[in-house]
Amino acid sequence: MGKATVIPFGPQHPVLPEPLHLDLVVEDETVIEAVPQIGFIHRGLEKLVETRDYNQFIYVAERICGICAFGHSLGYAETVERLMGVEVPERAECLRVIWHELSRVHSHILWMGLAADAFGFESLFMHCWRLRERVLDIFEKTTGGRVIFSVVKVGGVVRDIDEAQLAEIKRVLEGIKDDYRQIMNAFLKDTSVKNRTVGVGVISHEDALALSMVGPFARASNVNYDVRMLGNGGYGRLSDFQPVLDAQGDCYARVKVRALEVLQSIDIIEEMIAQLPAGDIATDVKGSPAAGAQAANLVEQPRGECYYYARGNGTKYLERMRMRTPTSQNLAGMTTALAGCDLADVNMIVLTIDPCISCTER
Amino acid sequence: MTYATKSPWVIHYDGSSCNGCDIEVLAALCPGYDVERFGIINTGNPKHADIFLVTGSVNEQNIKVVQEIYNQMVEPKVVVACGICACSGGIFHDCYNVIGGVDQAIPVDVYAPGCAVRPEAIIDAVVQALGILEEKSKALQAQRKGA
Repeated sequence: MGKATVIPFGPQHPVLPEPLHLDLVVEDETVIEAVPQIGFIHRGLEKLVETRDYNQFIYVAERICGICAFGHSLGYAETVERLMGVEVPERAECLRVIWHELSRVHSHILWMGLAADAFGFESLFMHCWRLRERVLDIFEKTTGGRVIFSVVKVGGVVRDIDEAQLAEIKRVLEGIKDDYRQIMNAFLKDTSVKNRTVGVGVISHEDALALSMVGPFARASNVNYDVRMLGNGGYGRLSDFQPVLDAQGDCYARVKVRALEVLQSIDIIEEMIAQLPAGDIATDVKGSPAAGAQAANLVEQPRGECYYYARGNGTKYLERMRMRTPTSQNLAGMTTALAGCDLADVNMIVLTIDPCISCTER
Repeated sequence: MTYATKSPWVIHYDGSSCNGCDIEVLAALCPGYDVERFGIINTGNPKHADIFLVTGSVNEQNIKVVQEIYNQMVEPKVVVACGICACSGGIFHDCYNVIGGVDQAIPVDVYAPGCAVRPEAIIDAVVQALGILEEKSKALQAQRKGA
């Protein structure tokens, strides 16, 4: 046994697009303990509810995270709608589902690219990001933005998607599906990829439950939980929804769960387009949340369950707005998976939780 | 400037951005916009980099990291502030933990505004930065000859 040494990892590190600092205590080539340090991105935006009214705050909520931007604006809008008892038109709910699932497709493909970069498969990284550009093109055509859409408002959505655009989305998704299957094969069948992922960073089902892990990270350890199966909002219209599960709990299982979720999301979008009801896209919202009124909401972000809580105080400003984001739930799982792993596998394990530090710190 | 005398390497650091600008910086390097065809490569090592792309504003905790990366870069070097948060603090300018734009920490040469900054704006800023890099490089050479 060698002497224990501490290797700093981050905050500026080639595999991390975001600053996360880990102190890795290593003995020889084995990581004994990983101590995370966060706080590089903390902005304190929950306090902004005191100076932005509930309609303005939606643009702040959207900028909690640029990858799951749509999910945060959706989660915030739904929370305030519950707080004020606003009925959202059915068409708006379905349009929200379409954009939310498109965000999931873009987020998962982006993540797969970063994962490929983490194990040194540069060309696969480029292929993933090229495919992702086609999803971003849909966003740009339907909302005007590539990553920040500003398309949700309290009471509905700002823009409609017309028939021609819906047909276009369907056509583009068909094309993406074919190319995506090839990339998925590279991730799931390539031996050199499997050597880096199979059996690495295993989290057992019991640990996943004990550490309250959420999202694809937990579903890869066979935790049968996905907020979408509760049928909130437009998800209630789906004919059937089964979470994608895997029992292995290693890096390969996490890649597989996310890879299959992309296809699942594309199916959801197609189903939504097929049964999109006609009608208004927004209701007028007047008045302010009542003093002391409280509301909570759950949304399945690409990274897992995100919890929102809001409290009114009788004015147009909210008393309190609180989010609990998926990555902060998953950090404990990450440090558990890192303990005992090989030093060379650290970046792979860190990436497989799909860390979103700006969500976590806000 | 009609041609570039060198292919610059860039280093990217996320100050306290929301990721939106970070993924657009990466998108500019990837096949959709593909600046790699001009030899622009993303490096993780500050000593190899010519252009420093910073996204997001600075706060008490990351200001030292931003300054450290800047100090480790070899002259001549250019700093590009990508996105409105890096330029001025943007939508978060009045948050309690935000000091302000990146220019509060290090000298910034080119500002690329936008929320999120578009890859076209980043490419435009990098092209401008190349001109500044060229001037700085000439000034450095003149200084060496004079000494």
